[in-house]
Amino acid sequence: MLAAALFVLLIFPASVIAEPITINWWHAHGGRLGEKVNAIAADFNQSQDNYQLVATYKGNYADTMTAGIAAFRAKTPPHILQVFEVGTASMMAAKGAIKPVYEVMAESGLPFDPNAYLPTVTGYYTNSDGKMLSMPFNSSTPVLYYNKDAFKKAGLDPNKPPKTWPEVAEYSKKLVKAGYKSGFSTAWISWIHLENFSAWHNVPIGTKANGFGGLDTEFTINSPLHVKNIQQLADWQNENVFVYGGRRNKGNAKFSSEEVAMYTESSAGYAGFKKTCKFDFGTSMLPYWPDVEGAPQNTIIGGASLWVLTGHPAEEYKGVAAFFNYLSKPEVQADWHEFTGYLPITLGAYELKKSQGFYKENPGMETALKQMTLNKPTENSKGLRFGNFVQMRSIVYSELEAIFAGKKTAQQGLDDAVVAGNKLLRKFEKANK
Amino acid sequence: MEKRVIFKHKFLPYLLVAPQIIITLIFFIWPASQALYQSVLQEDPFGLSSVFVGLDNFVYIFTDPIYLNSIYVTIIFSFSVAAIAMITALFLAVMADRAIRAATTYKTLIIWPYAVAPVVAAVLWYFLFNPTVGMIAFLLKVVGIEWDHSLNGAQAMILVIIAAAWREISYNFLFFLAGLQAIPKSFIEAAAIDGASPVKRFWTIAFPLLSPTAFFLIVMNIVYAFFDTFGVIHAITEGGPNDATNILVFKVFHDGFLALDQGGSAAQSVILMIVVISLTVVQFRYIERKVHY
Repeated sequence: MLAAALFVLLIFPASVIAEPITINWWHAHGGRLGEKVNAIAADFNQSQDNYQLVATYKGNYADTMTAGIAAFRAKTPPHILQVFEVGTASMMAAKGAIKPVYEVMAESGLPFDPNAYLPTVTGYYTNSDGKMLSMPFNSSTPVLYYNKDAFKKAGLDPNKPPKTWPEVAEYSKKLVKAGYKSGFSTAWISWIHLENFSAWHNVPIGTKANGFGGLDTEFTINSPLHVKNIQQLADWQNENVFVYGGRRNKGNAKFSSEEVAMYTESSAGYAGFKKTCKFDFGTSMLPYWPDVEGAPQNTIIGGASLWVLTGHPAEEYKGVAAFFNYLSKPEVQADWHEFTGYLPITLGAYELKKSQGFYKENPGMETALKQMTLNKPTENSKGLRFGNFVQMRSIVYSELEAIFAGKKTAQQGLDDAVVAGNKLLRKFEKANK
Repeated sequence: MEKRVIFKHKFLPYLLVAPQIIITLIFFIWPASQALYQSVLQEDPFGLSSVFVGLDNFVYIFTDPIYLNSIYVTIIFSFSVAAIAMITALFLAVMADRAIRAATTYKTLIIWPYAVAPVVAAVLWYFLFNPTVGMIAFLLKVVGIEWDHSLNGAQAMILVIIAAAWREISYNFLFFLAGLQAIPKSFIEAAAIDGASPVKRFWTIAFPLLSPTAFFLIVMNIVYAFFDTFGVIHAITEGGPNDATNILVFKVFHDGFLALDQGGSAAQSVILMIVVISLTVVQFRYIERKVHY
């Protein structure tokens, strides 16, 4: 290595000195989003000469995280690793493996104001002292999509989407009468109907401030309100008000093929539906139960953030800081937001788009932002932080499937999920003492 | 006088087997030893802290209802895949063996699915049975069967069994056909002269002579269903609904790669390793000795 470096140095002394420092960024965006990520990297590289940012696609979220971890174990980590929100607790617990973003920014001497970011977004990625540990990148929140043409057919006002769950049921019955197979379905059921449901109704998902307050947290998703909501979904199946769409967002085709006329899905699903739906659709805020005091509160995010890994020399971290600084610029954020449907992470970008009149033309794009900033986040709606949460999501899927198949009542299923989930939390606590 | 050939080179034999030994060491022995080592540790994903926990991981696994369910699911799945793939293949092989015209075309068509990657095959079946857009799901609806494998565990199981067995039929077909063609024609002819019907000829002559092939295929099919069907499960059901198709090898992947529980996943791998070793022993000890009639 050294000999080779010397050799190169002898032959091209000038070029080596001027050679920019390479910064590696591993991400999980394929397809059109991947092209956009590459464009951001190219623009950053063009904006300065000191650093060369190399963006590499590593597969889906889980693949990317696993690749990053494997690279860290092999002592060749990338500088920046994109990790999905449910991996947050695992990353935070890996104290020797990550370099907190606030530290990276402070050492670089570049201007950095944590208050410039949307509090509901950064809340997810800050420690208990309010310091930012990772840089939010792509964040979204669930909203209700509804088929305007279907509403017209069923004699409903296409500009008055349902606000509450009882209204959703009432609308659904009318839609079924108008020939639709079912009223509504959902993607990401754990994220939307348990996690966001809790934040939206201002009830905890787990003890210790949803896990922010310590590793000795326990799940509380078997509270009477959670049980009522899930039992209601199960009962609604009989009247075709609700139909289960499968795990993750496998049910999206139910909405785009007009099997259902209402659908709860991530705000980032907007671009996809724009392409696949042959009808006019709108978005509105997530429905809530009107008899719950404090609802609606605000929703929480999904998506991913950028983590800085340890094991590189200090001057390279300056490059990372320079990139984060670039990424936080209102123009860059506003462009990303408009292109992808993800939330802008800074207030500046939100204001910029507002002043351009973007939301007047695209009201659907603002629904998510309004919903996230509806109220000041409480302990219950700041986000969540549980170890082994990827496994917990699988357990929740599994139990919900048992409930919807009629094998268990909502109470039984959610009780079982909590018991299994708490076991995982204890395991995580033990491994991270 | 007996003629003896003695190689004088001392190192040449070692050199000749070295590539095989090295590959085995790097790709089999070393990872296996790592799995054994990790199965007694409780580690965080990054390997920053690791605690020796003895057999805790194994205790956790065998008291975990999800794992016990997974064993049950795997047994049902493997035996169904093996049975369906073998019976269908045997039937097709017997038919193809008799075909006189266009025999090569039939054979090629039947062998074809083996060239399809498991994941691609899985996606194909997934679309055919998709409750919203699938053709077969639509036809089932016409005859009054409401198909929804995202919620109905039995339907999900049937679907992954079909998808997994479909591809394996080709493999079994090849072996059965070769086995049938190796049976001396004179046996069959002699029986025919004695007045045995084709069915009788098959059951009393061909079938017993095929038994070594069949036993070999039983082991191969079960190994296939245990370990190579990951892609099918991953693409169609992801182990759901309610763990109805959560086979052991998928659970290893899920716990290790998605949930990043290295110790627990390694312990499950060790159990699978024991299964595969015992299957191999069974094959060598009993089946290689030939099942003769």
